[in-house]
Amino acid sequence: MSEFVLEARGITKRFPGVVANDHVDFNLRPGEIHALLGENGAGKSTLMNIIYGLYQPDEGEILINGQPVTIRGPHDAIRQGIGMVHQHFMLIPVFTVAENLVLGAEITRGPMLDLEQARAVVRRLSDEYGLHVDPDARVEDLPVGVQQRVEILKALYREARILILDEPTAVLTPQEVEDLFRIMRGLTERGVGIIFITHKLKEVLAIADRITVMRRGKVVGTTTPEQTDERGLAAMMVGREVVLEVEKGPAHPGEVVLEVRDLVVEEHGVPVVNGVSLQVRAGEILGIAGVQGNGQTELAEALTGLRRPDRGTLILNGQEMPFEDARILIENGLAHIPEDRQKHGLVMPFSVADNLVLCTYYKPPFAKGLQRQPQAILENAERLIEQFDVRTSGPLAPVATLSGGNQQKVIVAREFSRPVRFLLANQPTRGLDVGSIEYIHKRIIEMRDQGVAVLLISAELDEIMSLADRIAVMYEGQIVAEVDAAEADKTTLGIWMAGGEKESAAATLA
Amino acid sequence: MRSVILSVTAVVLALLIGAGILALSGASPVAAYTALAQGAFGDAQAWQRTLEKATPLVFSGLAVAFAFKAGLFNIGAQGQLLLGAITAAAVGFGVEGLPAFIHAPLALLAGAAAGAAFAAIAGALKVYTGAHEVITTIMLNYIAINLTDYLADGPWKDTSPGNIVARTPRILDTAMLPTWGPIPSGFVLSVLLAGVIYWLLWKTTFGFEIRTVGQNRHAARYAGMRVARTVILTMLISGLFAGLGGAVETQGVVGRYQPGFNVGLGFEGITIALLAKTHPFGVIPAALLVGAMKAGSSQMQFVADVPKEIIDVIQALILFFIAAEFLLRRLLHLQPEAGEEQLVLSTGWGSGE
Repeated sequence: MSEFVLEARGITKRFPGVVANDHVDFNLRPGEIHALLGENGAGKSTLMNIIYGLYQPDEGEILINGQPVTIRGPHDAIRQGIGMVHQHFMLIPVFTVAENLVLGAEITRGPMLDLEQARAVVRRLSDEYGLHVDPDARVEDLPVGVQQRVEILKALYREARILILDEPTAVLTPQEVEDLFRIMRGLTERGVGIIFITHKLKEVLAIADRITVMRRGKVVGTTTPEQTDERGLAAMMVGREVVLEVEKGPAHPGEVVLEVRDLVVEEHGVPVVNGVSLQVRAGEILGIAGVQGNGQTELAEALTGLRRPDRGTLILNGQEMPFEDARILIENGLAHIPEDRQKHGLVMPFSVADNLVLCTYYKPPFAKGLQRQPQAILENAERLIEQFDVRTSGPLAPVATLSGGNQQKVIVAREFSRPVRFLLANQPTRGLDVGSIEYIHKRIIEMRDQGVAVLLISAELDEIMSLADRIAVMYEGQIVAEVDAAEADKTTLGIWMAGGEKESAAATLA
Repeated sequence: MRSVILSVTAVVLALLIGAGILALSGASPVAAYTALAQGAFGDAQAWQRTLEKATPLVFSGLAVAFAFKAGLFNIGAQGQLLLGAITAAAVGFGVEGLPAFIHAPLALLAGAAAGAAFAAIAGALKVYTGAHEVITTIMLNYIAINLTDYLADGPWKDTSPGNIVARTPRILDTAMLPTWGPIPSGFVLSVLLAGVIYWLLWKTTFGFEIRTVGQNRHAARYAGMRVARTVILTMLISGLFAGLGGAVETQGVVGRYQPGFNVGLGFEGITIALLAKTHPFGVIPAALLVGAMKAGSSQMQFVADVPKEIIDVIQALILFFIAAEFLLRRLLHLQPEAGEEQLVLSTGWGSGE
């Protein structure tokens, strides 16, 4: 019997133009939490997809309990006792927990589904592993954290001894993260080995037994929380020393630049933004904290002309703005770093140069009448690429060929290079590597110091806490609390984010 | 460059399979294709036939390709072309006493306007009701077919003695388009138009808006572009090209509107736009290819004794290989290039809108 329940030896996987995994060694002991840490594009997902059978390695082998195996697909992986909880859940929202659990491995009685037994299985597994879920609840009615438990139960029902958790904390509140960690420890006590994929350093240090760091397709090293700290891990990930704390001076708020009064956005008749009022002053950053899906997206869309609110008033620089008119807002000094950069922020097949004039293409010097001015567009691109340190093969390269961090830099360069009065940054660093995060944070602070009113929306509480001057918490479409950043603490914010103690929150507001 | 390779490969494969079919049916593929080429390019007359056949196809190909650039699938080029053809005919026979240099352009413009207005309906329906343009343009095709049939057999019927056929009167000579040697003036016009479209799409701000809407309408909205206006205008311009194609066919070849004379010209625009990978300059060789096969098919039938319909089979195979691009890429070991402008065929329904 081998020491390792899972062992990957010398895994190499090449894609055209890149070596995604370069002789990667990775192993997992029974009952341990082994974190796999790395920036986007470091090769974590490729390695997991190979272990889960979605890709075949070009070189190397995988051993389960010391035996070499070939995993041709998820089916094989499940048979070998490997379970995976994807970042995006693979659940059917209108099915109950029990139905989702047995999906694909149904318990049947003759041709009929035996749901009674499925329910019993849910209860048994819930008890055994301390994962409490109502088998008859419809998945869509459950909070995200509970849906995640259903995913874990699914893997356990398929008798997983190796559990891969892909960025499991991205969608959770701080309290839900605590719950998840408790569950993870419970699983390891029963001998389940967990591969925990993340890019959050604090979490890794809090829960992992061992930490393996990948960079550019290679394993940089394996360490333990005792031997290292955040700074050390970040340096391993990026390959150089990074500044983790955002350096910023005190804010000097000026006049009110953005004022929102009683904004309501309805979806299918249900208010998703429910009477939000807020003010952002020149030279300050208002951070909006909240678990994803509490109306932040809709609020941002309403404030940037992408969605028509049902009610409310939007005032920019003292002037009332029309709804759903991005151009007027942009001409009045809006800069917008959108939540989904590839959906809203960029036209992927277009060149870097064209993406850099996406909002100003019709103005001089980029156009004379109807005629575009390629020379001016190119010069603009060359200047901004230099100024914002965008890594690209050239201004005419399609923006799709850039890394995520550099794509975000293209957006930042574009949005920050025209006269800006109000910046809305929605999840500005989501999915970016440590180096790019550092850079974007610095730029946002710079904007603030130049007198721009900044509204920062982020699901990363750490990001809000380190950047914002004031913090508002959004829950179920409402601002439930607002505090000075200096007085904010993570626990209280977490409680507000989960909708708890509204009264005390209201008290703080007043 | 890669798209040229893919298109050429599709044509070559289609011709090879066509040769196989010919051989199986006992004919000589070499003799058949030689006769086809002779009939299409053998002498000045053959060239004129080819150019005449290709001309309306350039127009309808440009119409479909242009709409694709905004992510719109204009299946209605056929209907727009029919309305253009009959409107040009109406101006051609109905307006008298004008000199040719006014009459002929006037008829062309009338045909273009008819096609444009008709296509704009589909654009407006998409913008204001969310109705998918594929559905509405298909239905509008039926309206166009029946409307033109009615007009040609009713109010605008040729009432000259002895005529029992549903058709309009002959248009006046002043409305006819000249042919310069073997080159029809309509073909020259279509090539010029391809140049204009190229300029519009890649050199103007309006073209930038069209391409942005076509590649990513969310980003277009984000950037403050008027997506609704762009969609309607793009459909309108696309219909304008198709209508112009119909008018040129009436004024350059048929000499009147007669149901049955323009069948398929608009639909073939789809094949041509796809074969051209939606590039305006690609439309010209693609239309010439299809035009040549049409022009040479009679000679092929006559000399090599193979049925004309083999041409339809080859055209269908070309379209098949273009559609099955995935297959071709595998065959040629071509990876899609990162950032290649994608032809978006599935806007609206089921595309995560």
